[in-house]
Amino acid sequence: MVDMTSTASPMRKPFVLRYPSVAIFLIILALFTATITVLGEGFGIGLISTSFVKTLGKTLCLCLAALAMDLVWGYTGILSLGHMAFFGIGGYAIGMWLMYARTEIIVIESLASSALPPTAQEISDGIATQIFGVVGASEFPPIWAVAHSLPLQLAAVVLVPGLLALVFGWLAFRSRVTGVYLSILTQAMTLALSLYLFQNDSGLRGNNGLSGLQNLPGLDSVPQSTVSILFFWASALALGLGYLVCAWMVSGKFGSVIRAIRDDESRVRFLGYSVEAYKLFIFTFTAVICGIAGALYYPQAGIINPAEIAPIASIYLAVWVAIGGRGRLYGAVIGAAFVSLLSTWFTGGQAPDISLGFYTIQWVDWWTILLGLSFVAVTLFAPRGIGGLIDKFAERRAPDRHGADLGPDLGSLREKEADE
Amino acid sequence: MTLSICRALLALLLFVAPGLLQAQSSDAPVQKLLQAHAEVIQKSSRKTIGPAIDALAQSGLPEAQTVLEQWQAKDMWFNRDTGLFVFASKADGGLRVFDISDGAEIGVVDKKNYKQLKPNSGIRGLIASALVQFQLNDPDPLNRSAALTAIERDAEPSHLSALRGAIAGEQDPDLRARKNRLERLLTIRFDDDAAARLAAIDSFAGDLGVDVRATLNPLVTSEIKVSDTVPDGAVTIKAGSDELTQKQAYDLLVENGLAPALVDDGTIKETLISNIDGDRVAGVQVASLDEDAARQAAYQLLADQGLAAPLVTQDDIAEAVQQYKFYRVYTSAPLPVALAAQAVLDNIETQVALNQTADLVLDALSLASIYFLAAIGLAITFGVMGVINMAHGEFIMMGAYTGYVVQLFIPDLTLSIIVAIPCAFLVTFGAGVLLERLVIRWLYHRPLETLLATFGVSIALQQLAKNIFGTQARPLTAPAWLDGSMVLNDIVSISYIRIAIFVLALLFLALFLIVMNRTRLGLEVRAVTQNPRMASSMGINPDRINMLTFGFGSGIAGIAGVAIGLYAKVTSEMGSDYIVQSFMTVVVGGVGNIWGTLLGATMVGTLQKGIEWFNPSNTLAAQTYMILFIILFIQFRPRGIIALKGRAAEA
Amino acid sequence: MHSKLLNTTAAVLFATALPALADCPIKVGVLHSLSGTMAISETTLKDTMEMLVEQQNEAGGLLGCELEAVVVDPASDWPLFAEKARELLTVHEVDVIFGNWTSVSRKSVLPVIEELNGLLFYPVQYEGEESSKNVFYTGAAPNQQAIPATDYFLEELGVEKFALLGTDYVYPRTTNNILESYLKQKGIAEEDIFVNYTPFGHSDWSKIVADVVALGADGKKVGVISTINGDANVGFYKELAAAGISADDIPVVAFSVGEEELAGLDTTNLVGHLAAWNYFQSAESEANEAWVAAWKARMGEDRVTNDPMEAHYIGFNMWVNAATEAGSTDVDAVRAAMYGQEFPNLTGGTAVMLPNHHLAKPVLIGEIQEDGQFDIISQTEEVPGDAWTDYLPESAVLVSDWKELGCGMYNTETKSCVQIKSNY
Repeated sequence: MVDMTSTASPMRKPFVLRYPSVAIFLIILALFTATITVLGEGFGIGLISTSFVKTLGKTLCLCLAALAMDLVWGYTGILSLGHMAFFGIGGYAIGMWLMYARTEIIVIESLASSALPPTAQEISDGIATQIFGVVGASEFPPIWAVAHSLPLQLAAVVLVPGLLALVFGWLAFRSRVTGVYLSILTQAMTLALSLYLFQNDSGLRGNNGLSGLQNLPGLDSVPQSTVSILFFWASALALGLGYLVCAWMVSGKFGSVIRAIRDDESRVRFLGYSVEAYKLFIFTFTAVICGIAGALYYPQAGIINPAEIAPIASIYLAVWVAIGGRGRLYGAVIGAAFVSLLSTWFTGGQAPDISLGFYTIQWVDWWTILLGLSFVAVTLFAPRGIGGLIDKFAERRAPDRHGADLGPDLGSLREKEADE
Repeated sequence: MTLSICRALLALLLFVAPGLLQAQSSDAPVQKLLQAHAEVIQKSSRKTIGPAIDALAQSGLPEAQTVLEQWQAKDMWFNRDTGLFVFASKADGGLRVFDISDGAEIGVVDKKNYKQLKPNSGIRGLIASALVQFQLNDPDPLNRSAALTAIERDAEPSHLSALRGAIAGEQDPDLRARKNRLERLLTIRFDDDAAARLAAIDSFAGDLGVDVRATLNPLVTSEIKVSDTVPDGAVTIKAGSDELTQKQAYDLLVENGLAPALVDDGTIKETLISNIDGDRVAGVQVASLDEDAARQAAYQLLADQGLAAPLVTQDDIAEAVQQYKFYRVYTSAPLPVALAAQAVLDNIETQVALNQTADLVLDALSLASIYFLAAIGLAITFGVMGVINMAHGEFIMMGAYTGYVVQLFIPDLTLSIIVAIPCAFLVTFGAGVLLERLVIRWLYHRPLETLLATFGVSIALQQLAKNIFGTQARPLTAPAWLDGSMVLNDIVSISYIRIAIFVLALLFLALFLIVMNRTRLGLEVRAVTQNPRMASSMGINPDRINMLTFGFGSGIAGIAGVAIGLYAKVTSEMGSDYIVQSFMTVVVGGVGNIWGTLLGATMVGTLQKGIEWFNPSNTLAAQTYMILFIILFIQFRPRGIIALKGRAAEA
Repeated sequence: MHSKLLNTTAAVLFATALPALADCPIKVGVLHSLSGTMAISETTLKDTMEMLVEQQNEAGGLLGCELEAVVVDPASDWPLFAEKARELLTVHEVDVIFGNWTSVSRKSVLPVIEELNGLLFYPVQYEGEESSKNVFYTGAAPNQQAIPATDYFLEELGVEKFALLGTDYVYPRTTNNILESYLKQKGIAEEDIFVNYTPFGHSDWSKIVADVVALGADGKKVGVISTINGDANVGFYKELAAAGISADDIPVVAFSVGEEELAGLDTTNLVGHLAAWNYFQSAESEANEAWVAAWKARMGEDRVTNDPMEAHYIGFNMWVNAATEAGSTDVDAVRAAMYGQEFPNLTGGTAVMLPNHHLAKPVLIGEIQEDGQFDIISQTEEVPGDAWTDYLPESAVLVSDWKELGCGMYNTETKSCVQIKSNY
C-alpha cells in the first residue's frame, strides 16, 4: 500500500502538527476571513462590496463541495457526477424553512386585522397561497409537512442527501457498478432529480424554485451587508471544519484503505476488506457534506431552482477538482476557488476585450471555450492540476520528507502497472 | 386559383384600356349593397358580419361570387374618405385599385387613402360557407373541393339539399365519394326524417373518421335530471354510483331548489362576522373562534336562535337524496336516434382504442429509432472502443449545422439534403479523427479522464457554435416529399420524416453489421478492441484502426444530426438533449453489442411513450420516471440487456 | 402618506431648481443574459438598449449628462441575476436597470431591487400576480394578451374546446390557470379544456398533436392556446404542419412566438396560425417605420423587431421623460413622475403608465404569413394592465395602487395592505 509510513508513525504529535498542510490551510482561511471582515461593509471599512462578500462566501461553500468531491473521487476513485444533486437538496431543505417562516410572518400580520381570529388552517392556506400563488397553486404539498420547523428542516439538510446517497450507493455498489458506468448512473440520477423538480407537481415550485432566501425571517432590520458577513463566517467555519475532518479521515488507516480501493479495488477485496461498505460510507458522508455546503450556499445566492442541479453543475464540480489537483484536499479547494472566481470575473464583463484588428475577442463569448479547452489541457498535460505545482515546490523545499501525507493521484497508475 | 384567374382577367382589362383613370361608380348595385352594410364590413367581426354576407350571397347579383372570393382573399380595400369598396393589389409602392362591379382598373393610388379589409379566419369560414352554393357545381374541381371543405368545417342545414343536388352531376370519383360521405353526415345532422337518419347512422358503423364521431357525439349529449317520478324515454340512475355520486346528487337537488344548500366554512365565517356584537358572537368570545370546531359551535348557536340557516348533516343529505328519482334524458336527439348513435359510437370506441394503441406503438418505434440514431455513433465509440465521448452530442449538432450551411448554398431542398448527408459525415469524421489524434489516444487507459477531457471539448464546441451561428434556432427544412404524414386513418398516422428516420436507423444498423462483420476494417477493429498487442503483432496498426473507428462513429453521429435537425430543431444545445439518453441507451442495451443498443433504444422509447400514455398531461414526469426505471434496471442487469460474456466483458 | 407625497413633491421642486445636481454620466444598467439558454432572446434586448441609449445621447442626453449603458451578463443563471443586480446598484451605482426575461430571473432580482430601492423596467409579457414598488412592467399582463386572445377565439373563431399547451414553468402555469378559470366563467365545461405541459426544449410532439386532433371527436371546434416557450416551438410547429392541420381547422394562438422565433422556422405551413402581442413589426405607423429602419441599419437587414423591444422602447422613453420632469434620476422622484406618463406606441395610440406599475397598451392579434411576419387582423383599444387577475378568487380581491394607496398588494375586502414587499 502507499502510505503506511504516515499511519505507522510512532510519534503521536497533535494531528494538525503532523500534517503541516492542514495547519497552513486553516491559518490561511482564518486570515482570509479576518481580512474580508475588516474590508467588508458589515463590520469593517467597506472596501469590499456586499455583493463581492456574497460571492466569496458562496465560493467557500463551493470549496466545501469540492472537498467532498475530492474525497469521493480523488481519494476513493468514484467519479460521481451527481454530487451537486445533494448540494441542491441541502439548499432546498433550508430554503423551504426560510420561505415558510418569512411568509408566515407576513400572513399572520395581514390576517391580524380580520374580524375573526384566524384558524390554523387559514394561516396555512394563506402561506400556501403566497408561496404557490406564483405557480398557480394554493395548497401545501405533503413535502412541506415539516417546513414550519427549523430544527426538522436542518435535520433534513443532513438526512435527505444522506439517505438518498445511502440508497443509491447501496444499490449501485451492491451490483458492482463501477467506473464510467457509475459516473453515467450518477449523472442520470441528478438529471432525473432535476427533471422531477422542474415539474410543478413536485411541490417545490417547479422552474421557479425557492427564492428570496437571502431575507432571513424576522431579521428584516438587519442589513444584507451584515447578513452576508455572518454567512461568510458560517461558510468559512464549515469549510475549516470540513477540511479538518476530511484530512483526519484520509490520514489514518481508513485513508489508506480508500486510496487502495481507488488504486485496485479487487486486491483490497481479496485482502478481506468490505470494499462496498467503505465506498458506501464515503459516498454517503460526502453527500452529507455537500448537503451542508448547499444549505449555506443558497441563502447567500438568494434563489435555488432545478437548473442548479442539472448534470452540468456536477461536471463542473469534477472539473474544479481536476484543475485544482485530485487526491489532495487543498487542491480541490484551490481549484474550486480559482475556477469559480475566474468564471465570475470573465462573465461579469470586467475582463477587457482583446482586439485582433479583424476580430474582437469578447470574453463573455470566448470564456467558456477557454474553460473547455483548459480541461483538456489539464487532463492531458497536468493530471495533478494546480496542486501539482505546489507539490513540486514543497518537494524541493523538503526533499527528505517520508511519504507524501495526502498522496498524489497518479491517474495513469494502472497504465504504468500494466506496462510493468 | 380563382384569384389568379381574376387577376389575369383584370390584367386583360387593364391591357385593353390602359392609363384610363376611370371614375369609380358608386351606384353599382353591388357597391350599394356593400355600402348598406359598410359599418359591419369595416368592423370585421364574425359576430356581426352575418347579415352582410347573407345579403351578398342571396342578392342574386352576378358579381356576388367574385366579391366574396376577393374579400375572402384579403384583396378588398375601402377608401378612407368615400368609404367605397375596391379590389386592390399592391403595385410599386402604391396600390392598384379596381372597381368591384366590373373589375375595371381605376388606377394606381396612394396606399394611405385606402384601408385593407382583413377578414379573420372566422369570417373567411362564413364567406366560404356562403360561397358553397356558387362553388358546389363549379366547373373547376378545386372550387368544388373548396366548397366541400367549407361544408366539412361549418355545415348549415341549407347545405344538405344543395349537396344532394350536386351529387348526380359529379364526374370526379374522389369528389363524388367525398360528397356522398358528406351527404350522409349532413343527413344525420339535419334531416327531419328519422328513418333516413337512422340509416345514415348505421352506415357509419366501425368508421374511424373524426368527422363521424364529431357528428354522432352531439346527438348523445344528455343531462341528469331529478324529480319525483321518472318520465318515459328516460334512463334511471342510482344516486351514489360512479355516474352520480351522493354529493353530486345533493348538489343537483340544491340546484333545483329541492333541498337547502350546504353551509361551508366560508359561509360560517361570513355569518359569524356579520353577527359580531361587541367582542362576542352569539355569546361566544370572538377571540376564541380560532378553530373550525369552535366556529361551527358558535354558528350552531346562531342557527338555534334562527339567525342563520341550519347546518346540513350527512344524514340530511342521504335522506334528501333518497326521496327523489334521478334520470338521464337525451337533449339533442329523439331517443331512438340517440340510442342508435350511442350504439355506433360504442362500436367505434373499441376500434378507436385499438387504433390508438397501434398509433402509440408507431410513436414508440419512431422515438426508439430517433434514440437509436442518436446512440449508434456512441455504440461504436463507447460500445466497441470503450471511449467515453461526452462530445458525441456536439458531433450530432455539427452534423445538423452542416446541413444548415449546405442549405444556405443549395436552395433546392432535395439536392441539399443529398449533399448534406455526405458533407455531415465528412465534417464530423474529420472532427472525430482530430479529437482522437489530439486528445483521446493519450487517454485510452484512463477512461474517467477521457470523460472529463471530452466534456471540455463538448462545452467548447457548444460555445463555438453559439459564437458562429448565434443562439437562434436555425432552420433545416425538409424537402417537400418529406412533408406531411402517412395517414392510415384519422387515428393512426405518422409523419414521413419519422418514417425516413426509421429507415435511416435500419440502414445504419445494416451498415454497422456489414462493416463490423464483413469487412477487413471490421475484423481489425474487433481484433484491436479485444487484444491490441496481439493485433499489432499480427500486423494491424492499432493507432490507425482506433483513429478510423472513432472517425466512423463520429461521422455517423453527424448524419444522425442532419436527420434529427430535420425533424426537430437546430440549436447549439441540441446535442446535450441527446447525450445522457444516448449513453443510457447504450448502457441499458449492453455495451459492445449493436443489437443491445437496438433493444435499449426500443426499451427506452417504448417506456417513455408508455409512461406518457398513463400520464398524458405531463411529459416531464415521463422522462423522470423513465430515468428512474433505467437506474433500477441497471441495478439488476448491470451489464445491460445483452451482456457480453467471457473475456470480451473484461476489456 | 400625505407627508410622504409632500416630501416627494418638495424633492421634485428642489431638484428641478438645481438640475446640475445629477452626477454625470447617468448610468443605465442592462441586465440581460448574453450567454446560456436565454441569450437567444435577451441579447436582442441588450442591443436594443444600447441603441436607445445612443439615440438619446445623440438627442442631447438627459439632464445635461451623457447616458452610459452598463452591460453585465447574468448568463441565464438565476442566482447570478441577483448578484449582478446587486453589483449594478452598489458597485456601478446605476440609476435604473432595464432587464430580465424569464419570470424566475425577475423573482431572483426582486428582493435585491427592493432592498436597495433600485428601479427595474421589465419588458416581457408575464403571468402577472405581482406589483413591486421598484419594478415597472412594460410587457403585457395576462389581461393584455391571454384574455383578449381567448376572447378572440371564443367570439371570432367560434372555438368551443380548448387545448392549453405550455412549457412547464410559471408563466404557462399561471396563465393557463387564469384562462381555465376564465373559460369556465364563459361557460366552457371543464372536460372541454385540455391542459398539457412539456419540458423546455421538448421535441417529440407527435402524440400531443394527435391528442389535440382527437379532441375534435365530439364535434366541437378545437383551438390551441400555446404558451410553449422558445426552441420547443420549432418541433411543435413542424409536427403540426406534418399532421396537415390547417389554421382553419385547429387554430393555434401563441403568446411566446414572435418575429425572432419564426426566423428559425419555415413558415409556409404555418400560415394563418396566430400570435397575440402588443406589437408586431408589421404595424403600420411612421414611428414604427423609423424604428425598424434604425434597427436594421444598426443590426443588419435580416434582423427583425419584436414586442419586448417595443416594451423597452416605451419604458426607456418614459423613464427619460419622467427623469426630465423630476429633474433628477433619484428613484423615488422618478417613480412619482412615472405615474400617468404617456408615450406614443409604435403601433399607433398612446401607452400610459398606471399607478399599478403596468402599462395601458393595445392588444394585437396577427396571422403568421409566409415571410415570417404577422398580418395584424385585430387591434383593440388600449387595455389597462392588471397586476392581479380578476379571474382567480384569491387574486380578484387584490389591487395594486402605488400612487394613492402606496401598496402593491391591497386587499379590498379587508381594506388592508397585505405586504409592501413582493412575493418572491
